[in-house]
Amino acid sequence: MSNLDSINTDTLTIDSVRDAIATKTHTATAIAEAHFARIEAKDGAINSYLALSVERALAQAAKIDTLAAKGDPLPPLAGVPIGIKDVLTMKGSPATASSRILEGYEPPYDCTAVARLEAAGAVLLGKLNCDEFAMGSSNENSAYGPVHNPRALDRVPGGSSGGSAAAVAAGFAVGTLGTDTGGSIRQPAAFCGVVGMLPTYSRVSRYGLIAFASSLDRIGPFTRTVKDTATMLQVTAGYDPLDATSSRHAVPDYVAALKKPVAGLRIGVPEEYFGDGLEPEIRAAVEKTIDNLKAQGCTVKPISLPHTRYAVPTYYVVATAEASSNLARFDGVRYGLRADNSTLSNMYRKTRDKGFGPEVKRRILLGTYVLSAGYYDAYYKKAQQVRMLLTRDFLTAFGEVDAIVTPMTPAPPFKIGEKSDDPLAMYLADIYTVAASLAGICGISVPCGETSDKLPIGVQILGKHFDEETVLRVAQAVETGQG
Amino acid sequence: MSETISVTLEDVRRVAELANLELTPEEEPRMQRDLNAILGYIADLNELDTADVPPMAQVAEILGDQIKASAEALRADVLTPCLDRKVVMAEAPETDGVFFKVPKVIERA
Repeated sequence: MSNLDSINTDTLTIDSVRDAIATKTHTATAIAEAHFARIEAKDGAINSYLALSVERALAQAAKIDTLAAKGDPLPPLAGVPIGIKDVLTMKGSPATASSRILEGYEPPYDCTAVARLEAAGAVLLGKLNCDEFAMGSSNENSAYGPVHNPRALDRVPGGSSGGSAAAVAAGFAVGTLGTDTGGSIRQPAAFCGVVGMLPTYSRVSRYGLIAFASSLDRIGPFTRTVKDTATMLQVTAGYDPLDATSSRHAVPDYVAALKKPVAGLRIGVPEEYFGDGLEPEIRAAVEKTIDNLKAQGCTVKPISLPHTRYAVPTYYVVATAEASSNLARFDGVRYGLRADNSTLSNMYRKTRDKGFGPEVKRRILLGTYVLSAGYYDAYYKKAQQVRMLLTRDFLTAFGEVDAIVTPMTPAPPFKIGEKSDDPLAMYLADIYTVAASLAGICGISVPCGETSDKLPIGVQILGKHFDEETVLRVAQAVETGQG
Repeated sequence: MSETISVTLEDVRRVAELANLELTPEEEPRMQRDLNAILGYIADLNELDTADVPPMAQVAEILGDQIKASAEALRADVLTPCLDRKVVMAEAPETDGVFFKVPKVIERA
C-alpha cells in the first residue's frame, strides 16, 4: 500500500494520479496527504498558499477512494490535487483576493469553475496567494506577503497569479486555477517554468471570480503539461447560466485535438514582439522554438501587428476604469472589513483607506480620473477605439495564419523589490501579454528553455477566438520539441 | 487633452474624494507623481487618428454571432433558488439578520 514518501509530488500529472488510483498503487487520500505534507514542509519559503481546505480535500479524496475500491469508472480529474487562486470563491474557505479589505470573508458559494473541477473528481487543496485584486505583475502587491519563485527564491514568480504558478512548480498541486486580466496567468507561468492558459474571453464562466476588469477577466489553468491544461480546460469551459456573458459556443474535445499533427499549420511571427528590450537569451530560445516548429512541418510567416506599442497604455485605461467601478463595492457594508462606524462617509473612506494597498489605490485613482467629467472622451473612449484597432490587427493576422508565436516576457523573472517602487516600469513588462487580453483571443505560455542562470523562459502561442484546439496543438509540439 | 496635461495635488484630492478613498499627506504627492508618469505614457494614444474607429467596450461586439449578446443572453424571467439570506447576512460587519446596518445617514434637525 502507499507510503507518503514514495509519492513525488513534483512530477505528478493528471494521468499519473488517475493511474495510481486506478491501479491501487496509491489512494487519493495518500496523494492529498502527500501534498499537504509537502506544503507544510516547503511552503514557508515560497508563501504560495493563503489557506488550506484540508477537510474538504480529504472528504473528496475519500469519495474517490470509495469509487476506486468498488472498481467504478473514475471521473477525469479523480483524486487530482488542485489549488485555487484567492480571487475565486470556494465555499467554506476564505476569499481575500490577497486584500485586507476582505480579511475574514468566507463566501457562501463556489465559483462555477471550482465547482466543475470538484464535480470532475478534483481534490481542492486550498487558496493561493496573488497580487491584491489580481493587480500586479510580480505578486509583491499581496497584503499577505510576496510569493517567492520556486526556481530562484530571491526572484518574483510573476503575477498576478504568482501563487498558482509557484504551487505547480513547487509540487504543491498537480494543477491550479488562476485568472488573467492582462497577462496574470501567462506571465507567471513563464516565470515559474510551467504551462498556463488564457482561454478565449467568455469560454470559462466568471461566476465566483472577484471582478477586477469585467471585459478582460478570464479564468484558466496552470499545469505541468499541455495535456493536463487541455483536460482542465475541458472540465471548466462551457456555458453557465450564472454568467450571462459566458459563451454558448460548443466545447470541443481538447484532449482529442492534441492527437492531430501540427504539420501544415501556418505560424505567424509578429516583428513587433521582437524589438528593443527583448533580452537576447529569450529571443534565442523563442527563435529556436520557431525553428523546431518548422522542423515539425509548420509554415512560418512573418506578420505585423502594427498597433502593438499602444497595447499597454490602452490596457491601463480600460482595466483601471473598469476596476474603479468594480471595486466600489468594497465599502464596509456587506462583507469584510469595516474600519470606522462614526459617520457613513467616514465608514466608506476609512474602510477603503485601511483595506486597500497602494497599487489598488493607484489604479482606482487612475480609473476614476480617466472616467471623470471632461476626460471620458480623451481617455476612455480613445482607449476603446484603440482597443478596436488592436483587435483588428489580430483578426487580420488570423486571416493568414493559424497561430501566432511570440516571446512571453521581455526578460526573465526579476528580483523581489527590484521594480516595486516604479509602477510604470512594472506596467511596461506587460508588453507581450495585454494585446491578447484586450482582443479577447486565446493563448498559452509554454516553457521553451532556460537562461544561463537557469531561469525559466516561456513562449506564447496565440490563437483565434474559440480556437483553443490549435493553440494547444502547437503548445504540445513546443513541449515535445523540448524533449 | 493636451500632451502636457499634468495632474495637480488638487486633482489627486478631487479624484480621491470621487472614489471615496482617503489618502494620507504622504500618499498624495506620491500618487500625483505616479499618475503623471502613467498619464504621460497614455498620451501616446493621441498619435493615432481614431476619428472613424468605433469604440470597443467588450469582445462580444466584434464576434457577432459567436457570443449571443444582448437580449438573447437574458434568462427566462422565472424564480430560481438563491443563496440563503442567513449565510449571506452572517458575512456583514453589522446586521440585524435581515438588514445591513450602517451609521446614521440623515441627522434629525
